[in-house]
Amino acid sequence: MDFAGAYSPENLKFLMEGLGMTLYVAFFAIIFSFVIGCFVGVIRYMQIPVLSQVLTVIVEVLRNLPLLLIIFFVQFAVPQISFFGVQFKFTIPVGAIIALTLFEAAMISEIVRAGLKSIPKGQVEAARSSGLGAVQTLWHIVLPQGLRRMVPPLVSQFISLLKDTSLAVIVALAELMHNAQIIMGQNHNYPIPILLLVAMIYFIVNYTLSLISRRLETRTA
Amino acid sequence: MPDFSILTEYFPVYLEGFLNTILVSVIALIGSFVLGTIIAVFRITTIKPLQWFGTAYVEFIRNIPLLIIVWFFFYGLHTFGARMDGFQAGTLGLTVYTSAFIAEAIRAGILSVPKGQMEAARSSGMTYIQSMLHVILPQAIKLVIPPLSNQFINLIKNSSVLTVISGLDLMYFSDKVNGDSYATVDTYIFTGMFYLILTIPMSYGSHVLERRLAKSS
Repeated sequence: MDFAGAYSPENLKFLMEGLGMTLYVAFFAIIFSFVIGCFVGVIRYMQIPVLSQVLTVIVEVLRNLPLLLIIFFVQFAVPQISFFGVQFKFTIPVGAIIALTLFEAAMISEIVRAGLKSIPKGQVEAARSSGLGAVQTLWHIVLPQGLRRMVPPLVSQFISLLKDTSLAVIVALAELMHNAQIIMGQNHNYPIPILLLVAMIYFIVNYTLSLISRRLETRTA
Repeated sequence: MPDFSILTEYFPVYLEGFLNTILVSVIALIGSFVLGTIIAVFRITTIKPLQWFGTAYVEFIRNIPLLIIVWFFFYGLHTFGARMDGFQAGTLGLTVYTSAFIAEAIRAGILSVPKGQMEAARSSGMTYIQSMLHVILPQAIKLVIPPLSNQFINLIKNSSVLTVISGLDLMYFSDKVNGDSYATVDTYIFTGMFYLILTIPMSYGSHVLERRLAKSS
C-alpha cells in the first residue's frame, strides 16, 4: 500500500474531476426522473385508461432489468435503431443521464403511486363531494399530503441513483469510479488507498443526503 | 421484431451466462442472509462495541456503490498477495453489499416482535442466544420474507456488475454474443428477456406473498 503516492495532488485533482462528473450526471438524472416519475405515478394513480396500462408495462420492464443493461443499451444499441428514419446518438454523459432517468423514473413512479394511494379514500370522497374536480382534488388534497410521506423513500432512491452512476464505467463515462480505475491501474499498491478514499467520498455525499432526509422527516411530521 | 436466429444460434452461450447469474445470486443470497442475520443481532444486542460495529457496517456499506466492494475483492486483495477471479470477487462483493440491506430488514423484523417475548423467554431460563434462536427469530422471519424477496430481485439485477470484472455472468456472455453477431440491438433485447424471465415472476410472487401475509396478520 502506498498512501502518499496514491494521494498525490494530480491523482486527487483527477478524482475530484470524476466526482464533478458523477454529481453532474446524478443532478440531471434526479431532476428529470423526479419530474417524469411524478407524471407517471399520477397517471397510474388516476388510472387513466390505455395510457395507464401502457405505462404499467413500461415501468415493470424497466424496474426489473439491471440498470447496467439499460445504460449499455442506450449507449450502444439505441443509436443503431432508426425511429421512422431518425437515429439518435448521444455523447456519453447524455446517454448516461437518459439511461439513469429511464430506470429511476420507473422506480420513482412507484414511490409516487404508493404515496398517493396511502392517502385515505375518505379524503378524496370528501373533496369530491365538496365540489372539487378530480384534478383539483389531486392537486390540493392528495398531492400535498402524499408528497410528505414520499420524502424518505425518495431520498433513499436518490442515494441509490448517486451510487448507480458508478455503473456507467461500463460505457467509460469519466465519473469518479472510472477515474479511480485509471489511477489504480498505475501501480499495484494504489487500489486499497484509492478505493478507501472513493468510498469515503461516496459515503460523505450520501450520508449528508440521508441526514437531510431525516431532518425533513422530523420537520414535516 | 428481433431476429430470433440469434437466440437459437447463441443459445448455449446465453444459457451459460444465465445459469451463472442464477448461481451467483443464490450463493450471495445464502451468504448475505447468514451475514445479515449476524449483523442484525449485533445491532440489537446490549453490548456496545458490537452495536457500534453493526451500525458502522450497515451505514458504511449501504452508502457506497456495490462496485467499490467488488473492486476491493478484485483489485484490492492483490496488494495482500491474494488473487480472486471475477466470479469469486463478484460473488463475495455481492454478498457483503446485500448483507447490509438484509441486516436492516431482519433488524426491523426482530424489533417488531413484542419485548415481552424476549423477557418471557429469558425468565424461563433460556440464554440470550437460545431465546433469539427459538423464540424471536422464528417470529421475525415472517415479517422479513417480503423485503428479503425484494433483495433477491435486486441481487439478480446487481449481479450484472460481474461483467465489469469479467465475472462470467449473463451480461458478460451477452458481450461475447454481441462481439460475434454484431447485432447489438437484438443481442441485448434477448439479454433483457433472460433477466425478465427471472425477475418478473419473482416480483409478482413477492407482491402476492406480501398481500397474503398482510391479510393473515
